[in-house]
Amino acid sequence: MSASLGSTAPLAAPLRDPAARGRLGALVAAIVVLWPLLVLAEFRPAALFETGHLQVMADFLRGFLPPSTAPDFLPLLAKATLETLAIATAGIALAFLVAAPLAVLACRALAVSRIGPGPGRRRSAALRAGTRALLTGLRAIPEVVWALIFVRALGLGPGAGVLALAVTYGGMLGKVYTEILESGDTRSARALLEAGSGRLGALFYALVPSTAQELASYTVYRWECAVRASVVMGFVGAGGLGQLMDQSMKMLNGGEASTILLTFLLLVVLADAASAVIRRVLA
Amino acid sequence: MSATTTSPGATRAYGPCWACVALAIALVSAVVASFAYLAVDWRQLFSGESMRLMARFVAEFFPPDLSPAFVAKAAWGALQTFAVAAVGTLLAVGAASILALPAAGRFGLAPRLAARLALNMLRSVPELVWAALMVLAAGLGPFAGTLALALHTTGVLGRLYAESLENLPAAPERSLREAGSGAVSAFAYAALPLVTAQGVAYALYRLEMNIRMAAVLGFVGAGGLGQMLYFHLSIFQQAQAATLLIAMFVLVFAVDSLSAAVRGRLVPAQG
Amino acid sequence: MSLSLDGAGLVHPNGHRALHHVSLSLASGARAAVVGPSGAGKTTLIRVLGTALRPTGGRVDVLGVDPWQVGTGALRALRARIGVVHQNPPIPPRLRVVTAVLAGRLGTWPTWKALASLLLPGDAAGAREALARLDLGDRVFDRCDRLSGGQLQRVGIARVLYQRPDLILADEPVSALDPTLADEAVGALVAASEANGATLIASLHAVDLALKWFPRLIGMKGGEVVFDRPTAAVTTAMLHELYATEGRTLPVQGVEAQASERGPNVLVLRRPGCQ
Repeated sequence: MSASLGSTAPLAAPLRDPAARGRLGALVAAIVVLWPLLVLAEFRPAALFETGHLQVMADFLRGFLPPSTAPDFLPLLAKATLETLAIATAGIALAFLVAAPLAVLACRALAVSRIGPGPGRRRSAALRAGTRALLTGLRAIPEVVWALIFVRALGLGPGAGVLALAVTYGGMLGKVYTEILESGDTRSARALLEAGSGRLGALFYALVPSTAQELASYTVYRWECAVRASVVMGFVGAGGLGQLMDQSMKMLNGGEASTILLTFLLLVVLADAASAVIRRVLA
Repeated sequence: MSATTTSPGATRAYGPCWACVALAIALVSAVVASFAYLAVDWRQLFSGESMRLMARFVAEFFPPDLSPAFVAKAAWGALQTFAVAAVGTLLAVGAASILALPAAGRFGLAPRLAARLALNMLRSVPELVWAALMVLAAGLGPFAGTLALALHTTGVLGRLYAESLENLPAAPERSLREAGSGAVSAFAYAALPLVTAQGVAYALYRLEMNIRMAAVLGFVGAGGLGQMLYFHLSIFQQAQAATLLIAMFVLVFAVDSLSAAVRGRLVPAQG
Repeated sequence: MSLSLDGAGLVHPNGHRALHHVSLSLASGARAAVVGPSGAGKTTLIRVLGTALRPTGGRVDVLGVDPWQVGTGALRALRARIGVVHQNPPIPPRLRVVTAVLAGRLGTWPTWKALASLLLPGDAAGAREALARLDLGDRVFDRCDRLSGGQLQRVGIARVLYQRPDLILADEPVSALDPTLADEAVGALVAASEANGATLIASLHAVDLALKWFPRLIGMKGGEVVFDRPTAAVTTAMLHELYATEGRTLPVQGVEAQASERGPNVLVLRRPGCQ
């Protein structure tokens, strides 16, 4: 077709956009689905402006400033902050104890029966699959739910939070440890296994040296997340800043709540910074 | 004369890495100090009596309550939890898209700093804390949960969207502006098509996280499966709690699969 | 005067002088080709004329307006009347061809219409008509990242054709096209200029296309205008001197250049196999 102007060849009419029907359909579907969702979620923006709520919120916010610095409150605050840090640290430590052996079990690079393949490979494959399923299962339920269950079972206090962290973060650490180990120096590990070394030997002489930094770095990152999670779990009674804030809010004490919130934000920033520093030192 | 001469420092034996040892000691002491500080009476916790109580507590989870009436209630709770997560995420996408523009520097330095500060604050406060606050502002029920998720997710998505915008090539938008297009149209035709696919993927990923969070927000009164779970555990009805946990599991799995499928098909044309 | 430059100069922030005291003027509806070696400042000249760059010295006047002395509204209206064909079309890959072409009229469309057209193209027939002039009528609803480099370049030209501007500026618009398509594309630009009475300036690296389609040749080298003559008055020697830095043969888009029997002063092009 030459580009001779003046004669526009008769164009095939009419011109239909092939994507038009799909797009209009998607639009209609979205609206049809959105309406019941809004109803289900009891979406009522007007509720924000009901006098009762506005009054409560206004009083609460008015109490926000100034942040409470009452002499009987500050020691409580300090104790709660230390408690939160302790829950996070102890929780991660336990999680590590849970995750490390599970990761070793689930790691394909340490499987002796895969060399050859040798005897017992089906059983060991099943063991690995089972371990991975266990790790997934540990992660499936949010830590707050575990905390609630532990609080019901063991009573209020930080123990519930530590155990909840141990379970869920154990699953998370285990999964990532497995992935990190399998991305390490697997050939050296295999060579050691072929030379008759035990699995722990291959682990510590081949896999860990090449992945130690990454393992440590991820663990520190998880510790930082654990600090936040500890505060959240406190709301269901697992101690720390969260429990303190829950109590203050139930008493509508805006001043204390704002102090705790500020402390929490500060704590998160510090934990962030500490984590970054440690990870940089490790690298 | 075969004297093996060794220069003074050449054959110094390699000692242990002192920095690593110091770090290890610091870590162990931190852990020990934490356990000591918490002063959890582990012996009492894991004593025979306590273990028996625990065992009985766990046993009452099985079998879960699968009566049709309660399963229906659990299903309704799951739908409500999904609605809270979906509406909250949707609101967050809208708010984040709006805040991402100043946060990407499109209106100058001061708005950029202000927007980034706002987004950081929204992000730093955990969803549960927001939910507790929103219960005060909007009353008990799922609306508080929706708002809490919307606020927190706006912070998360806003930062991601701002970074996407900042990494865009400038040529397409510039050429349209030079052809006389208005700012909004140029943005829609030249910047939006480049970020939409990634933006939707981020939103779907956040939806997956928000489903888990929405279930939990009920603990502070924000409706859905969480509120039911809190209630039933408070009165030690473990069988019902087990059903609700199963419902949570199923919901999370379903949303994860759906989100993965949509993200896989995220290749239609923009515009 | 449709456009004029008076002693315009441009120095980049890094100190490089891209234009040096350039003066030229074109009447409305005139057509000129800018030729010269790489780095001569052809792109900078196009960008200055397109109000994309502000000269650091001298004056520029486009379509009767000094673009740097008017307010934003007038500047925007002026830019809507200027169409620029880029060497590498800045088109987002996921955009469909129809939308990329329709974007040509964003300068005149109200915002709501522009946004609505993203979802459902408002004037697909018009887009197709512009594309048909470049042999791309059947690719209207394809995605731009499914096109070859040459096809994408033609989409960029189609966008300007759809825009129907009063001034067409083309910066090496056919560099990625084979000789036949390049010739057709330049022909389409010239035809659009004739049809709408638009002024047309095209910077071309290939000399043969410039000589064939444009009655006026502006030679640039080192940021300066070396000559500004009707094509008939341009000699082979002048062209050789212009492209001296690039070797002894003149760059062409694949047609053979031969000296004619009429004498060594006039360059005549002969397409292989055609008379």
